[in-house]
This record gives sequence, structure tokens and C-alpha cells, in this order.
Amino acid sequence: MYVRMSKRVYENNVLDMFSLLRDNRAVMAEFKSFFPLQVSRVHEVCGAGATAFAAMACGQADMRVLWLQTGWQIEQLNPAGLAAFMSPKNLVLVEVENHNDLLACTEDGLRSGAVDLVISVATQKLDLTAGRRLQLAAEQGGSTGILIIPEGAGSNATQTRWHCSPIFKGNHISDKNLTLQHWQLIKNKIGTLSGWKVYWDAKAHRVIVVSEDGQ
Amino acid sequence: MQLGLASGMGLSDAKALCPDLLTRSADQYADDRFLKLLARWADRYCPWVGFDGNDGLLLDVTGSTHFFSSEAELLADIHDRLQSYQLNVRSGLAGTIGGAWAVSHFGRGVVPNGQLKAALGPLPAAALRLDEATCATLQRLGLRTIGDLLVTPRATLGRRFGLPLMRRIDQAFGDQPEQINAMAPDISYAARLNFPDPIGLYDDVMAALERLLQRICDKLKGQEMGTRVLLMTCQRVDQASVQVELRLARSMREGMTILPLFERSVGELDAGFGIDQIRLEALAVEALPLKQLETGNAQSKKNDVLSDLITRLGSRIGLEKIKRFQPADSHIPERSFIVSPAAYCEPEGQWKEQNLRPLQLFSPELVEGHEKKPPNVFSWRRMRFSVAAATGPERICPEWWLDDPNWRSGVRDYWRVETEQGRRLWMFFTPLNPAWFVQGEFA
Repeated sequence: MYVRMSKRVYENNVLDMFSLLRDNRAVMAEFKSFFPLQVSRVHEVCGAGATAFAAMACGQADMRVLWLQTGWQIEQLNPAGLAAFMSPKNLVLVEVENHNDLLACTEDGLRSGAVDLVISVATQKLDLTAGRRLQLAAEQGGSTGILIIPEGAGSNATQTRWHCSPIFKGNHISDKNLTLQHWQLIKNKIGTLSGWKVYWDAKAHRVIVVSEDGQ
Repeated sequence: MQLGLASGMGLSDAKALCPDLLTRSADQYADDRFLKLLARWADRYCPWVGFDGNDGLLLDVTGSTHFFSSEAELLADIHDRLQSYQLNVRSGLAGTIGGAWAVSHFGRGVVPNGQLKAALGPLPAAALRLDEATCATLQRLGLRTIGDLLVTPRATLGRRFGLPLMRRIDQAFGDQPEQINAMAPDISYAARLNFPDPIGLYDDVMAALERLLQRICDKLKGQEMGTRVLLMTCQRVDQASVQVELRLARSMREGMTILPLFERSVGELDAGFGIDQIRLEALAVEALPLKQLETGNAQSKKNDVLSDLITRLGSRIGLEKIKRFQPADSHIPERSFIVSPAAYCEPEGQWKEQNLRPLQLFSPELVEGHEKKPPNVFSWRRMRFSVAAATGPERICPEWWLDDPNWRSGVRDYWRVETEQGRRLWMFFTPLNPAWFVQGEFA
């Protein structure tokens, strides 16, 4: 194996993980009030790390997941990669042909309550009616919905909206598999907005918060 | 016949015997189909109808002859009816299958009880359903009739001809049992409802459907069967018919569970000027044994709810579009899993611990760079990336036993590339045709 590191240093990413984790309890507690996402609601997520966000949401508990996407999409889910987050056994993949089918199937999935989590990869903007319908369906079925949307294409009916982007962890951290993400809560119906730097702990099956924005 | 023609004869031999012979090629399938039809028709005489080779039927009329006052009357009735269809048949009725076969092929009529020996005695030995070689040998030995065989000591016959001949003799006289392989009854799971006045409202159609489902499901329950495909045909007043097909994700026979699954397609139905007949048919029927009622087993209940959801989605976008991942034994990233329809497979299989794999895969996208080591900067999807760290290589060889056009470029060296922009990509280098590609993205 061959590892090469660039010489440049990034100030904003200089994180001494372990010292930060020590006095992290309060940040973690606040984060927990948002992140295992509120059930019976639909949430939206956008950004380059949106799929990772959805995968981590699946991984938090042993959940049954319905994953909907359009069949012609270039990026396809890789179960071998998903296995680090959740067992692909618990996932049912639905490939639809157009946006309307996607919304209809998402609504059916949320309303039936047969799965704990419905993740749907939208490619177009959602209008308020569609968003509200999904919200009502989620309330009726008791499932949580996550819509992966293009940036700025969300509907106002969503409970929370997250912007996720992967960030470079800095050169001095030796754990090669550590993948740092920056999650920003950019819309929240019932609370304040904030942002966190998090990573996925595959052994504990948990999202670990490294730091909160502005600290 | 009189010219010496027989079945199984060569065409040139037959032409030699009868120069103006009319020939037509045999259609075995049509013959079989016809025989099956005839077997269904023969249901009118008794429930046990079996096939005798490919040119005969066996009927077990025990207990059903009194409907025709006597056995001879029954045979006469069969002949009369078939005559009216312009069919010439040979028939025989006896206490055993072997006896009836002998009489039908070499005699005629009914053999009364207890007179089997007397009736079969004068018939030739071939009436015992023997093969040609045995018949020829018997002929040569002077044992021409069944009576001749009966007076010959069994031990001698057994030593000379072995078990088959003895078995045939015993079967003909009822000393050994023989069964008819009766055709399985052809049960159709269909129900029909005619309306005195045409209907067109959603609720009316659903109510009619409920009654039809009840009838079909009762039948399915009685036979311990379940259905996977239901077809509803609505005959409209304007002579047109509309069909609605419901494909289920698991076999079911609970009418109350199936009915809501019809809701969407019935809602989209075009009733025109009204529907005056609805026919519901269970097309794919499979065995579904009765099960012990489970209480408190949340898992199986959840599975059922999920199957219903799959059915519901399937009725909208097609059942084959709903899939499940199953592990496959391959190092090739895109072949390390199988995607199969969720309705026809169970969630199973062990996902092995592998090297780190990306969460998303796509078909390889070319980026610049021809060096063995990852390029320092590259552009991908109109974005500029500079490499911060790269881990690798992990060499994956193509599977030589499968010719995959995507892998014609030879072995690949896979690298996990962390960019300073944050995104972590899965890139590979093909040493045989030096080039860099991006194939996946990590979480």
C-alpha cells in the first residue's frame, strides 16, 4: 500500500479529534435532538454528501428501508459500500421512471408504514403540495422520509433541511478510513439552525460529532 | 388393412403395397390435444379417466354404470355419441384394465363378471399388451391364444419369458393390481357477475369485486392454494372490454387484504357507458398450505405489510422494478451483487467483509493523467480537484472466464483518493492502457 499526503495545511480543518471528543458531551446532546431524525416527518437533504447522510440515517438503527430513485440515474447505490452502514438485506430498491411516479411511490411507502425509513432521490423541484402530501402520508404511516434533493429544490413543507458536504480531514489525522462530513441544518421548523462536523463510526454504528460550527 | 398396411410401416413399403395411398404428416401435438379434449368429454361417464398410450382412454366406470341401466347400455351410449361426432372407436368393458384392453383391441362388447377367462381365452396372445418380440416367440412356440398360455405351466413360462409376461397375464385376470392414472381435475379459479343494469360508479365496482373475490378466495382456501396474479375483465355496454391485472408480491387468498390493492387500478378504470359483466380470474395459482395462526410475531406481520406495499407499488410501476440486493461471489465491483425483483426473492445471503467500497458506483468516467501514481490535480464533472491523499493500489483482475466489454482494458489498480475539496473518490488506473478513471464516491 502506498500513502501520499500533500504538504499543504488547512487551518479550518485542523482538528485534534481526541481532545475535542473529550469535552464534546454538550454538543453531542444538542445534536441528538436533531439527528436521529424526528419520526413521522419528512426531511430533506442536499449537497454532495447527501447520500452519505441518508446511509448514516439508515445505519443508526436496525431499520427497514425503502430506497426510491429513477432508473436512469448515473449514480447507483452500491450495496457493498452500503454494508458499512446497514445490512443491504433490509433495503428494498424501487426504480421509477419519472418524477411523478417517484412522488406517488414515496407517498405510498410512507403511508403504508411497512418500512421505517423511506429515502427518495428526487431530481426535480418539489412544490408545496407535493411536500405537504408527503408530510401527511408520513404522519399517517409513522415512517420517516428523507428526500435527497438537488440544491435549492426543496419544498417549504419539510420538517428539516440539511446541507451535507464531505470535507478533507487534514493531514495530521492518521486514520485513513475516517471520513469527515460537514452537516448544516439550513431549515428547521421547530428549532434553531446549526452545523456540525461529524464522522461515521462503523464499529459503534453511530454518527460521532467532532465539533459544532462557531466553536 | 386388407392390403397389409400397419402402423409403424415405412412409407415406401406402404406405397409399394398401395400405390395410390394418400399421406399426410402426423401432428402429434394436435393428436394429444384432441385426446385430452376427449378425456374431458369422457368425464360425463365417470370421474376417473386416464390415458392409454397416445391413442386410447381408460375409464374406471365402477359405480357409475347404473346411471345407464347396464354396462352394455353405457358402451352403446359412448358409441352413439361418438358416432354423432363422426368418430369411429373400438371399446371393451371388463373387470380388469388388461381384460378391457384385450377386448377393445381384439374383441368387442362387455365381459360379464366371472367370465373373464372364457372371454379372453380365444383371443390372440398379443391381446395381453406384449411387445412384438415376445409375441413372435410365442407364435413360434405354438402358443397362439391366451387360452394356450393359461394351460401351460406357469413355471415353464416364467423361466422362458421372465417377469413381464407373467405380470401381463396376472394383470389381465386381476391377480395383480393395476391403477388408472387419472387426469388431475381441471379447477379454474374464476368467478363472474352479471348485472341487470350497467354499473359505472367506483363503489359499485368495488362492491362487485368484493363478492367475486370472496367466491374465488373460498375456492382457493378449500384447495389450500394462493394466487399471485388476478385478472379482472369488465365487459362494457358498448361491447368493449377493459382488463385490470393485479400482480401480487406474495401468494394470497385473503379477499379483504387483496381488495384494497385493487383500489388504484379500479379508480383509473374507464367504465364508458357502463359495465354489465365483471369476470375475475386467478391466473397464477400456487400451493399455499394452511398455517398456524401466529400471535405476537411482529416479524412475519411486518413481512406481510411489506409484501402488500410491494404489490401496491408494483401495480403502479411494475413488479419487476422493485428490487432487492443479493450478494454475489465476484471481485469485480459492479458484479459483487445481484439485483433481483423483490417479489420473487427473499432477503438473504451473507455480505462478506470486503475492502472499503464506495457508497455510490457509476460507469467509469475518464479524467486526465497517464502516470502510475494518481494525478496531483484533475478535473471531473467540470470540477477541479487536487489530491490530498491517496491510498492504494488495490489491483483487481478481470474475470477471464467472462468476456466483459468494460474490462477489456485489462487489470485495474484502484485507489481511494481524498481530495482537498472534500470529496473522496474511487479511481482506477489501467496499466495496460495508461489512463485514469473515476468509478465511485465514498461516503
